[in-house]
Amino acid sequence: MNALSIRNLRKTYNNGFEALKGINLNVEEGDFFALLGPNGAGKSTAIGIISSLVNESSGSVSIFGHDLKTDRARAKSCLGLVPQEVNFNQFDTVKSIVINQAGYYGLPRKLALQRTEYCLKQMDLWDKRDTVSRRLSGGMKRRVMIARAMVHAPKLLILDEPTAGVDIEIRRAMWKMMETVNQQGTTIILTTHYLEEAESLCRNIAIIDQGLIVENSDMASLLARLHVDHFVLDLAEPLGQVPVLAGYQIEGVTDKVLNVAVPKEMGLNQLFSQLSALNIKVISLKNKSNRLEQLFMDLVESKPAGTE
Amino acid sequence: MNYSIALKTLIIKEVFRFIRIWPQTLLPPAITTALYFLIFGKLIGDRIGTINGASYMDYIVPGIILMSVISHSYANVVSSFYSTKFQRNIEELLVAPVPNWVILGGYVSGGIIRGLLVGLVVALISLLFADIAVKNMLVTLSIVLLTATVFALAGFINAVLAESFDDISIIPNFVLTPLSYLGGVFYSVEMLPDIWQTVSRGNPILYMINAFRYGLIGVTDVNIQLAYLITGGFIGVLTLFSLFLLHKGIGIKN
Repeated sequence: MNALSIRNLRKTYNNGFEALKGINLNVEEGDFFALLGPNGAGKSTAIGIISSLVNESSGSVSIFGHDLKTDRARAKSCLGLVPQEVNFNQFDTVKSIVINQAGYYGLPRKLALQRTEYCLKQMDLWDKRDTVSRRLSGGMKRRVMIARAMVHAPKLLILDEPTAGVDIEIRRAMWKMMETVNQQGTTIILTTHYLEEAESLCRNIAIIDQGLIVENSDMASLLARLHVDHFVLDLAEPLGQVPVLAGYQIEGVTDKVLNVAVPKEMGLNQLFSQLSALNIKVISLKNKSNRLEQLFMDLVESKPAGTE
Repeated sequence: MNYSIALKTLIIKEVFRFIRIWPQTLLPPAITTALYFLIFGKLIGDRIGTINGASYMDYIVPGIILMSVISHSYANVVSSFYSTKFQRNIEELLVAPVPNWVILGGYVSGGIIRGLLVGLVVALISLLFADIAVKNMLVTLSIVLLTATVFALAGFINAVLAESFDDISIIPNFVLTPLSYLGGVFYSVEMLPDIWQTVSRGNPILYMINAFRYGLIGVTDVNIQLAYLITGGFIGVLTLFSLFLLHKGIGIKN
């Protein structure tokens, strides 16, 4: 079953800006799905429509088979949203934010208390339950929003840039939490600007640009399309000039650092053989950029005309 | 889906909100109205004598109570809902399976409860200055409840349409307060020249204040049935308009 099904979704704002130009998308139950795109591409509009914060101009959205127009309450019950920006009342306590949300979803008081305790403990916030939320750190506020989104045990959780602006330690803890939630059976749709995050967490991906979906496939086959990897080599000795190696494009960053484009058919062995022949010693190497980032830039910059 | 839980949650949240800030919400009307009773009712009122057979103090008590109910039921909803919009926590309700009538019912109930609580506080203060025995309990309670509902609904519409904090103060300052003062709080419309009597009878607050005055002390300038009809009519129209705004997402959705 599809956790999310979008058909020919269009949105034109009052100022005439066409944010979505008829997108189609399916997300399967249990998936960990990445929805990526540059700023202003239409991601937030799509998420806004799915979560009933934005009115669509035309098209349809169904969540676990429940149409958002005709079966609104059931569709909404399946959904939890972690928005990009803090949107809870900063004068409320952590516990009241989460427990009120449980009430809006119709959870009886006893169950709401149990679920609130469970979610706050999962987010490591139980000790902060009576703290007024404006006194929390940025990372804690994001975790409050995740606990709030999960309190009614949604089958589909949308996380809109959940790790933006949080430090690496919290980000990694949040990745672990998202993986656990997904393993427990919750379908997750993630939008993020950290493509490393999407690459390591998500199984399927859609890239949206200028209101169109320009790519929609599984992560493995998308990454397999990369023909060239870029590496940064740190050298033991400084070089007078950039060496010329057959089959490789090389660019000098400093006299001891080289950028090398490695075609997949050539591989790294030949590269090292040629470097050894020139008596160039390499201390270390690393990927110049995240692989998905490279593909993302290729896709967004080429701006294909197709919708799917 | 059990919507009663969502409604109850919203009402409790709204009531806790204004109780938590009681020095801003419940205390000021007590002080202001005590001054009204002292200055207008006691010091000036003693020189005025009676109006329609009631002492001036007794005559102004119902108007001052209802004026407090009107301004506080309105202020509660307009400030609470606009803040909810401004801080974007309205999204908590829009994402959840909460129907529009629950959102409206929750906020309006909060406004009504605050209006009635303030009315009770002012009524208790008035007992220090006047000795009022309620003439008709049913009219008194029903009119105060209906009036609080009208202005809680009006506050909701103001909040939905407001785009800045200025927009939520324009109506209370430039419409509500003048209409309340000109609605016969401190005088009988029969004291006005004919032309101004006619103009005054176009003010809906006049009917609410007089119906409430009738319930409390048995004195009125208007027909009570007409007062119920006008108040009920406003509730119907404002409810439908509020639900229309929510349905279209005007002011709260893109």
